[in-house]
Formats: sequence, C-alpha cells, structure tokens
Amino acid sequence: MSDRREANLLLLFITVLILLNYPLLSLVDRQDHWFGFPALYFYLFFVWLGLIVAVALVVRKRKK
Amino acid sequence: MALSLIVLCSLAYVMLLFYIAWRVDFSAVKGKSPVNNAYVYALSLAVYCTAWTFFGSVGRATTGGLSFLGVYLGPSLLAPLWFVLLRKMILISKNQRITSIADFISSRYGKSATLGVIVTVIAVLGIVPYISIQLKAVMFGINTLTHFGQAAPAPPAELWLDGGFWVTVAMAMFTAFFGTRKLDPNERHEGLVAAVAFESMVKLGAFLAVGLYVTFGFYNGFDDLFTKAQVHEATHKMFSLQDSGITPFSWNMLMILSLFAIMLLPRQFHIAVVENTSPRHIARAMWVFPLYLLLINIFVFPVALAGKMNFDANIHPDTYLLSLPLASGANWLALLAFIGGFSAATSMIVVEATALSIMFSNHIVVPLLIKTRSFGQGKDLVSGAHRLLDIRRVSILFILFMAYLYQRSVGSTYDLVSVGLISFTAAAQLAPAFIGAMYWKRATHQGAVAGLATGFLVWAYCLPIPSMAQAGIVSRDFIDHGLWGISALKPYALFGFSGVDPVSHAAFWSLLINTWVYAIVSINTKPSTLNLTQADLFVNIHKYISWQDTDILKREAKIGDLKNMLDRFLGETRTLTLFREYESNNGVSLTNHQVAQADLVNFVETQLSGAIGAASARLVMDSIVKEEPITLDEVMRILEQTREAVEYSRVMVEKNTELKTLTLQLTAANEQLKNLDRLKADFITTVTHELRTPVTSIRSLTKILLDYRSELSEEKIQEYLQILVGESDRISRLINQVLDLEKIQSESIAPEALQSVDMEALVSRTATGMEQLFREKEVAFSVQNDVPGACEVQGDYDRLVQVVSNLLSNALKFVPQGEGWVKARLFHQNGFLHLQILDNGPGIPPEKQAMIFEKFTQLSRRDTGKPQGSGLGLFITKTIVEQHGGLLRVESKIGEGAMFEVRLPLNRFAKSTFAAAKN
Amino acid sequence: MHTSDSAAKVLIVDDEPNIVVALEFLLQREAYQVQKAYNGVQALELAAAFLPDIIVLDVMMPGMDGFEVARRVRQMEALEMTKIVFLTAKGTQRDKEAGYSSGGEYYLIKPFDNEVFVNTINEIMAYG
Repeated sequence: MSDRREANLLLLFITVLILLNYPLLSLVDRQDHWFGFPALYFYLFFVWLGLIVAVALVVRKRKK
Repeated sequence: MALSLIVLCSLAYVMLLFYIAWRVDFSAVKGKSPVNNAYVYALSLAVYCTAWTFFGSVGRATTGGLSFLGVYLGPSLLAPLWFVLLRKMILISKNQRITSIADFISSRYGKSATLGVIVTVIAVLGIVPYISIQLKAVMFGINTLTHFGQAAPAPPAELWLDGGFWVTVAMAMFTAFFGTRKLDPNERHEGLVAAVAFESMVKLGAFLAVGLYVTFGFYNGFDDLFTKAQVHEATHKMFSLQDSGITPFSWNMLMILSLFAIMLLPRQFHIAVVENTSPRHIARAMWVFPLYLLLINIFVFPVALAGKMNFDANIHPDTYLLSLPLASGANWLALLAFIGGFSAATSMIVVEATALSIMFSNHIVVPLLIKTRSFGQGKDLVSGAHRLLDIRRVSILFILFMAYLYQRSVGSTYDLVSVGLISFTAAAQLAPAFIGAMYWKRATHQGAVAGLATGFLVWAYCLPIPSMAQAGIVSRDFIDHGLWGISALKPYALFGFSGVDPVSHAAFWSLLINTWVYAIVSINTKPSTLNLTQADLFVNIHKYISWQDTDILKREAKIGDLKNMLDRFLGETRTLTLFREYESNNGVSLTNHQVAQADLVNFVETQLSGAIGAASARLVMDSIVKEEPITLDEVMRILEQTREAVEYSRVMVEKNTELKTLTLQLTAANEQLKNLDRLKADFITTVTHELRTPVTSIRSLTKILLDYRSELSEEKIQEYLQILVGESDRISRLINQVLDLEKIQSESIAPEALQSVDMEALVSRTATGMEQLFREKEVAFSVQNDVPGACEVQGDYDRLVQVVSNLLSNALKFVPQGEGWVKARLFHQNGFLHLQILDNGPGIPPEKQAMIFEKFTQLSRRDTGKPQGSGLGLFITKTIVEQHGGLLRVESKIGEGAMFEVRLPLNRFAKSTFAAAKN
Repeated sequence: MHTSDSAAKVLIVDDEPNIVVALEFLLQREAYQVQKAYNGVQALELAAAFLPDIIVLDVMMPGMDGFEVARRVRQMEALEMTKIVFLTAKGTQRDKEAGYSSGGEYYLIKPFDNEVFVNTINEIMAYG
C-alpha cells in the first residue's frame, strides 16, 4: 500500500513538474482571459490547487 | 501615523507572542504539547513566507509579472516527495541527534568538523542578506506608515539616530529572548514553534484582509481589477512572463532555487526536521503547507496591479500593501498589514537567527573554546548552560548586526526579492552534499568539502561581491572587465554566458561547478571508516530504524538505543554480558526494536551510574528515554567527568603494569612451587608404593596364616613368617630413610660424634654387608686403593657408612643383571681423599646430572616405569658429604655408566676445613 | 569344584615375589591351575603358551608395565576369551581408566582382601 502511495506521489511530482515548465507554460503565457482571470494566473493557480487536492487524496488515511 | 502608536502596537504584538510561547512551554512541561499537531507543524513551516512574501513579492510582481510565484511553486512541487524525502531527513536526524543542517552534513561525512565549519560559514554569510531584507522591510513599513506620501528620509550617518539600527537591536533582543530562553537538550523550542505558527496565521489573515479590501474595495472584484489592469499601460506587460522579460531559463532556476530553499534554508531545516515532533505530521503538512502558500499568494498579483495602476514611481512597489490602504484612509488596515509584515519578518528572523546561532556556537565557537580549553571547566551544568546560552546570544547579535550593516551598505540599492534570492542561491549550494548525503553512499568527505567550497566561491564571486561593488564598497572594474581583465571571469557573464539575470546566472554556474566537483572528488577519494558507517546510516536509514520508532512514549526507551548508549560507555562486550544477565534473570528476550520497560531502563541507568556517575547517567538516560539528543554542554559535562575517568584509568594502567610485573613474579614463584609440589607428589607416590607393596604381602600372608594354618605345612608356615619379617624390615627401612632425611637436613654433626674414620675399612665393611645383594644380581664388586693405609678422614662414622652404602646401592640399582660391575677407587689429590664409585649402568643424561642431587628427584631406570627407591638417597648423601666439608659430584655419559666421586678432607686438614665448612 | 584336567588357568604377573607367593597359595587352594611371571616379557611368553583364562596383572613392573602387557594380550587372538584382572597399588581414578582402556576387565587395588580377591576370580570363572 505504502509503495503504491509513494509511486503515486512521485508520479504527481513529475506531472506537476512538467505542467509548470516550458514548453507547456509557453502555451498559457499570453494575454488572455479564462473564467474572468488572466490565463497564466488561472493556469498556475489551477495546477497548484490540483496538486494540493491530489496530494491530500493520496495521503489521506484510508478507511479500514 | 504616529511612530509611538506603531511601536506600541508592535510591542503589544510581541507581548502576545511571548505569552503564547510561555503558555505553550508551560503546558509542554506538563506533557501536553499543543505543538505536537500536524496543523501547527504545517503552519510553522510557513515561516518560509517572510517579509519577502509580504512586501517583496508585490514589488517583484510589478517588474517580473507572475514569476514571483516560482518561489512558492517550487516548494509546493516538492511537497509530494516529502513523504519519502522529509521523512528520511527526520529519521536520520532523530537517529543521529542532529540539531542543524550543518550538523546533518558534517555527521554524514564522518562527523567532520571542517564540514561543520564550512556549512556554517556558507549559511551565516549566505543568509545575512536574507535577514537584512527583513530589517529593511520593517523599517520600510515604519517609514511608510509615518511618512506616507513623502520621500523616505535618507538614513542618518550616526548609528544611534538610524531607525534601522534600533529595529535591529529590538529584533536581536526579541530573538535572544525567544530562541535562547532555555537550553533544550533537543534544540526543540515548543513555545517558539507555537509563536511562529500563530504568526503564520496573523500574516495570512493580514494579507487576505488587505487583498480583499483592494480587490473588492478599490475594484469590483477580480474580473473588474484584471480587466482594467490588462488594458492599463503600466500593468499590461505583467500578465505575461515573456513580456515581463522572464526567460524559461530564469523561471527554471527560480523553481530549482526555491525547491532547494524549502529543504536547505537553516530555518526551514530547523522547523521541518529539528522541531518536528512526529513524522506522522508530514502527511498532512504535505497539502496544508502548499495550500497556505497558495492562499497567501492569491492577492499578491491583484495588489501589485492595483498599486501599479494607482501610484507613480514615488511609491516603492514593495510598500503597496501598506500604501494602498493608507491612500484610501484605511489607516487601521494599514496598521494590520504592517503587523502582518512585522509578523513575517520577526518569525523569519527569530527562527533563522536561532538556527544559525545553534550552528555558529556548536560548529565554530564552542570547538574553538574547547581547543583553547576555556570551556567546560565549570563543574556544574547551570554555568555551562548559561555559558552556552551567552554564546548563542552573542551569535545572534553578531548575525543581526552583520545583516544590518549589509542592509545599510548594500541592501538599500536593491529591492527585497533581489537580495533574498542571493541567499537562496547560497543555500542551494548545500544541495549536492545534502542530497548526496541521503542517496549517494559513495560520496566522500573530501568531495563534500571541495564541492561546497567551490560552489560557495563561485556564488560569492557572482552575487554578493558584485552587489557590494554596485554599492560602491569595492571597485566595480571586475564586473565590467572580469577579474584581472579576463573577460571570461565577468561575474555576471561567467565564461561568456550572458543575457540572463545575475541570480539565474550565478545559480547555474555555482550549482553546476559545485555538483561536478563534488562528484568527481567523491569518486576519486577514499572515504574514512567513520565516513563509510555514517554513509550507510544515512543512505540506508530504514535498515536501522522504522519511522514508528520515533514515536516513543515518554519514560520508555528503545532497547536498541539503550544498548548503543551502554556500548559507548561500557564497551560492547560488557554490554552484551549485562543484557544477557538481564535476560536470564528476568526470563525475557530483548530484541533491538522492542520498547524497554521501566525496570530495564532502571537497570541500564544503574549500570551506567557505575561508569560515569549518577548525575551524568541520569542525564544520558533522560536523553534516551525522552528521545532527545544530548546537548553540547551536557556532553561537556560528561566529558569533564570522562576526563577524570581518563585520569583515573591512567593511574589504573600504571597500577596494572605493576600488577603485571607482580603477576609475572607470582607466576614464576608458583611455577617453582608447582615443581616442588610435583616432586613432592612423586615422592609421596613412591613412598606410598614402597609402603603398599610390603603391606600387601604382609596382609595377605597374615590372613592366610590365620585362616588356613591347618592346611599349611610347617615349612610353608616358616617361609611365610620369614617373608613377613623381611617385609616388616622393608617398611622400617623406608620410614627410617624418610626420618633420616629430616634429621640430616635439620641437624649438623654433633662434635662428640666426630672421630677418625678409615675410609678403606669403611668401604670394605659396607660392601661386605651388601654382599648378598651383589650376589643376587650377579654384580661384580671390586675395590682399588691407590693409597693404602692413608685413608683417614675426620667424621661421623654412621653417616659416612650411609654415604657409601647409598652410593653402592645406587650403582647396584642401575647396573644390568648378570653382567654388571661396580668398582670403588680411593686416591689422594690436593689434600683430599677421593672415593670414586664407578658402574656400568645406563648412565645419566647430562641434563639430569644437576638434578639428581635434589630432594625428591629420582631417575627411572630407562627400561621401567617403576621408580627406584625413595628419591632421597643421593640428596641425603650429598648433604652428609657437605656436612663433612667435602664434595659430591657425578660424571657420566649415556651408555657408559656413571662415576660418583666423594671428596673428603684428609685427616691432617680435617679440623680446619671442617670448621670452615661449618661456617 | 574344578577337576584337574579341566581346571581353570590363572597367570599371575607381579615383580614382587612375596605377593606372588600369597596369590599362588590362594588360587591353588581353589584348585586353579597357576603359572607365575615376574615381568611383562615373561608374562607375554607364558600367556601365549599357557593360554590362561585369567591374567592377574600388576602395573608397576620393571621393563614393560602392566598396561602395555594388557594391550599386547588384547592383540593376541588366542587370548580372546582371557579376562584381565589388574591388581595394583596404583589406585587413582585415572589409573583405573587407563587400566580399562588398555583392555583390563577388573581392577583391584593393593593391599587386597584375600576373600574379595578369591571371590572375584571365582565369579569371573562362573559368569564370565
């Protein structure tokens, strides 16, 4: 169980690392509006929040 | 706004912090620590957010757009790996009783003092700029609140008129109070952690309040603000990284730097690892901490946009958070914002300075003092602890004053974030050695030293030194033309790499060179043994402890720990014996991971008391039982006692040497005694056998005569009775001989027994008496007298008879049956009468010739295991001859018989010689 | 108890003639056929010719000691059934062990009791 959790976390790290990096970042680095927010601002906070939720899901205590 | 109000509010806030810390420490003493909580842990980690975040990010956003977020995305990105990484850091640190990042790195590479110093130097020098921006931010804040709308006054030349100086002094006092109120064996400061966690809430609350006020007070929400800003000339560029001049390279370097910073900044290591109460808190902190970062950053961008749109260049962007409320007359909100920023600055300074002072005192000051022998002389713990606390306080003052000087001379020309990033780059230099410490077993001490040193030099050359040049402290020639005019050495364009911002540039080169040197030196050097064992302990920590082990209830201890500790003081063998003893006495089996119950703890403490004294034992046991490492001063104290112990053992060694000599002598003496004992035992065996044999015949024949007399003929009866008489005589003879020995040895010849003795006649008479024996063995006996009629000596007749008879029977004993002969020869030489008794027996081996005259020595006949005689004959003979002032010697060769020679003084000299011999 | 032609044969080996005298009397009285030897070499020669049922053997003798005699007797096929009784002044446990390991079956200590000696010999003959 613990191994799977660690593997998930590592995958999460790699995923977010790619999401927060170029070239993906250059796709959203433009003067644009998404849902009333600037594109880059929205994108960065969205990925960030996604990361937080994902971590919380992975590490939450599983019911026995 | 009045300065007094600001000061008053700040003071009130500080008092509140003290109160919180005091309350928490108080309840921690009672065993209910509110700090032992995952949320408190996560909030205390938010010490990461400093005045940089509070004021600087806003300023940075006005020029670099959203790039400021990299500083927070890096740590958030790393959070998923905490589950493995941070846990490993904590396990190692708890296991190794590590109190700082310098301690961590030096421990890993063979507990190297050099590395401790290097890391401390890097940390202190590297972090000074970071602290300086906190001081600057507070001053900025005060100036903004008091002089809003006016140009900030230039700092006065006199130190005591400069507000920044007093801010520094106040901060130093505050930090000293907080970080060094008590000396914790664990370097754990529960009150401090609680205060920091509280401050995190205050700064988040303050920021959110201002953010909401700006977004929804100045504007109608995000949409309104963003829409306006996107078309505003001053803020248009801020929406895109590319437009803000941020290259992918800078973005990446910023992420990497911040990713390292969250692990390697001394205060982050301190809070995350040293102050950690349980590894269980990691899981929750992994998402709560990034969430905190996210929340505190939501309004940075909107505030920056609003400030940029509303203010001109006269208002410094770093002060927008205060200026915006002030501009709209929301003075109380501005004050709250200031308190938030003050919170951020104080928490950073307190924790950072505490962490640095631990490193500074433990790795630089105390080793120096120990070397100069001026520390640890005080006998009692209290004075030692106070001494250590004083060193900490001075360290804090020193560090803060350096920060003040930096701020005053260099910092004023830069914005907050630029200066802060210099520190980030310095902290990142620890990364290769630090990560390698946990994952690369081959890494060596030399590699770590080389990597850290080169990385640090490159960093210094590329960032702080040029920044000092920019401030005019050193010549800026080398910036424009390179060191010594070599253009490849331009600090902002090393090896021709230009076109990037200085921080990214410096980070790139320093980390690259650092890592490369670290790797190549490590690969090509041989680690010490301690380095190897420590490497295994760090890299394979899970082999040694599981993370559950670190959650031990108080008053219990791990058996493994107890064993290790006893090992250290008593030695492995003794420890093993003790534990076995305990096991067998209590009928239990102890394995390393079991938790020791109170009685075992007491048992160990008792054993330890014997070795290092009760007080020290108690101290050491507490450190084990409470899972807390021993602090330096405690070690000092133990060392003090150890020194006495060493002195004592030196004396013991001397005594031991004496003892060894004595033992050797004793062994020799014992060997002699044993020899004597063996001789005696042999003698007794012989005597016993000699007695038993006649007794056996006597007993058996007597019984036969008693029981079967009627069946026996008179002849037989006669024969048996004859045997009985003979055997009785044999017993008498033996007894007499033993008694003779006693007598001859203890008594000299009585003068009245002295008489003139004709030896020729004596030999003849004795031989005649033994005729029967000679005949039985068919041995030929002859006498050759060269000096007939001149064989008189002075002596005891009976004893001289014994001499001759002993020598004759001795010869008779060894000559072969049938073809044996014994000869006696008499002649004169040098006034002595020589009597030689020669035989054709087997001869006496040369090594035995000296022995045969000793008491209890007897030679076996070569062809029999049965000893001949009592072993007293020759000894008695020799004693008698010497009592007559004569000499007895033997000449013999194996296979050629033996010759015993008695020399006795001739009669005319007899009296004088005898007298001489007597003395 | 024993007829002369079928009389059990005992070889006495001891270097002390007076002891041999006593032993000889005691055994002849029980109608054993007795031979005497005064040292080891003599004992081995006699044993080979006489083929005794029992050898009464002293240990401390000139020349060859009793243990050695026993060892050599044990190597003689013709004396397979012969019982060896040590009769010696050497009475320690170590001596006894040496006696048993050299091939002796019984170990009596000097001075001995006539009846005990005779009973031992008789029992050996009766029960092996």
